[in-house]
Amino acid sequence: MAEITLVEAVTLALARTMQDDPSVIVLGEDVGRDGGVFRATDGLLARFGPDRVRDTPLAETAIAGVSVGLAACGLRPVAEIQFDGFTYPTIDQMANHAARLRTRTRGRLSCPMVLRAPYGGGIHAPEHHSDSVETFFAHVPGLRVVIPSSPRQAYGLLLSAVRDPDPVVFLEPKRLYRSVREEVADDGRGLPLDTCFTLREGGDVTLVAWGAMLREALAAAAQLASEGIEAAVIDVATLAPLDASSILRSVEITGRCVIAHEAPLTGGFGGEIAARVAEHALLSLLAPVRRVTGLDCVMPLPRLEGSYLPTADMIAAAARDVMSHR
Amino acid sequence: MPEASARRDAASFRIPYCSYLDAHGRAAGGLPDLARSTDELVRLYRAMVLTRAFDEKAVALQRTGRLGTYASALGQEAVGVGVASAMRPEDVLLPSFREQAAMLWRGVTMTELLLYWGGDERGSDFKGPRSDFPVCIPVGTQFPHAVGVGMAMKLRREPRVSVVIGGDGATSKGDFYEALNIAGTWQVPVVFVIANNGWAISVPRAAQTAAETLAQKAIAAGIPGEQVDGNDVIAVRDAASRAIERARSGHGATLIEAVTYRLTDHTTADDARRYRTDADVSPHWKEEPIARLRAYLAAEGAWTKDAETALIAACRKDIDVAVETYLATPPPAPTDMLDFLFESLPTPLADQRAALAARESTHG
Repeated sequence: MAEITLVEAVTLALARTMQDDPSVIVLGEDVGRDGGVFRATDGLLARFGPDRVRDTPLAETAIAGVSVGLAACGLRPVAEIQFDGFTYPTIDQMANHAARLRTRTRGRLSCPMVLRAPYGGGIHAPEHHSDSVETFFAHVPGLRVVIPSSPRQAYGLLLSAVRDPDPVVFLEPKRLYRSVREEVADDGRGLPLDTCFTLREGGDVTLVAWGAMLREALAAAAQLASEGIEAAVIDVATLAPLDASSILRSVEITGRCVIAHEAPLTGGFGGEIAARVAEHALLSLLAPVRRVTGLDCVMPLPRLEGSYLPTADMIAAAARDVMSHR
Repeated sequence: MPEASARRDAASFRIPYCSYLDAHGRAAGGLPDLARSTDELVRLYRAMVLTRAFDEKAVALQRTGRLGTYASALGQEAVGVGVASAMRPEDVLLPSFREQAAMLWRGVTMTELLLYWGGDERGSDFKGPRSDFPVCIPVGTQFPHAVGVGMAMKLRREPRVSVVIGGDGATSKGDFYEALNIAGTWQVPVVFVIANNGWAISVPRAAQTAAETLAQKAIAAGIPGEQVDGNDVIAVRDAASRAIERARSGHGATLIEAVTYRLTDHTTADDARRYRTDADVSPHWKEEPIARLRAYLAAEGAWTKDAETALIAACRKDIDVAVETYLATPPPAPTDMLDFLFESLPTPLADQRAALAARESTHG
């Protein structure tokens, strides 16, 4: 079994699901001959042909809107939006239509589509190419928001997202596209949605993250372990609908919780997780919940990106801080 | 400035205008084949009259607190009837929020329409046209859906057509342009219909765009555009039939601009007297579609006063039955809010559902 990158795992999952299900089609800007600007759809056009791998005109609203029509008609479109900053025009179609077609028609029509987009900072990309947009979508009932944190997670979660009977926004941490390699079995097995994954057990502090921040949380946990602090690390994976049970179980043991995300602090999804902990595990807490997040500022251009993005050191420092509460 | 001789037309276009019956119901030129059968024209006539009577009742229900906000199609019944009657049952209709004429023709029931406008999602669970889309409120957002629907048909090599109707205001939106553009590029079997009723709430057509016609917006997308007299149901039906058959035979999309007039308020929540006068509106009553077709049919000996009286009575009776059924329908279970959100209830939502169910049983 070869070690592959996260973006290769995305391609592998797309190919597998297209192979298994003829109703799956891929569409977006440059997904055909070019194989996507990150090569996520590399080779799919040659293998599955232009009916199933289709370059669209440059029109994000329509990429989402056309996918709603395709999905309502029984196909399973997997649409790519080239960068996070270009997902904003799709919110109209996703919130007003994809998310509510089933409710509106009492299941007569449904919308089994996936909207994929690379998201987040860390690759020194131009303006509008580094936003963390998960909260915009996670606030819309009827959408699933799924974020992988590793090649294996990407493969398994994307398979499940494409097979899901309802719309999924699948945000791929572009910073991890090529920075991590691991063995991924192309066994066609999906990973469960609507659940968190505990990637590391630990009894002292609970670190909660998703996407690229999960790597930082794991690195922080390794630092902390060398200091004798055992951190649990939880990958949220499906932000919406959120199953916080594994977070709550862990916090009941550790009494301490640090949440990390790249998106700005205010209104960020960490606030939702902190609220769940406060509602359901307050009496277990030994210290205030801490959030390590981006700033409430515009995502900066690359020269200041490093100062914006949370790091393993910042997460470890927050963990030490909550550990200092007795 | 280059020499005139060095310049030429890079492109040129024309927008045909289709009309058969004049405002008095006279056919100056010939009529298309569909008008050979007065039986068929009588069907169209009946459908327009039913729509108008239904709208009148719906507005009355709203005024008496028994229906939510409602958008009457008064004056533009020929657009929906003309378009829907050109479709096959297996085609798919994607309506805006003023297309009850088309929806009724397609087999959506009056009870379903009342349920929807009365605030009940079951009104969009059409028992008849199962693949048709529900009413679309966010203006113009249904155009991309229609392209997706048509594309799905094309990819599966089904001889079906997607038909979408929107208003003049919708042609100012990016969704409209993006949809037309993709439909042209991919040669999608879709027909775009613009019911140009002259008004987007208070904004008149002239303030919406500097374009001479809305139909010419097709040209930029590389598809044909045609303007029709939207108060002449024969013209609408004829143009829609040609466009639908063109799409069905693999020749791609068409844009039809049906020029009509909104004779009443935008919705029951609107008061059109704030932005237009009776003097603005009254000339358009002389051009409305129902009187026009009635005059033609009467002149042909295919319609009488007795037939009219009987039709009105039959419409009222059917409408009353639909209203009774609507008013007698109990509201849906509150838990339906969560039960139809996803195919199956996600575990994380189980607590909210249980709490809702418990709250309801306490109140109940």
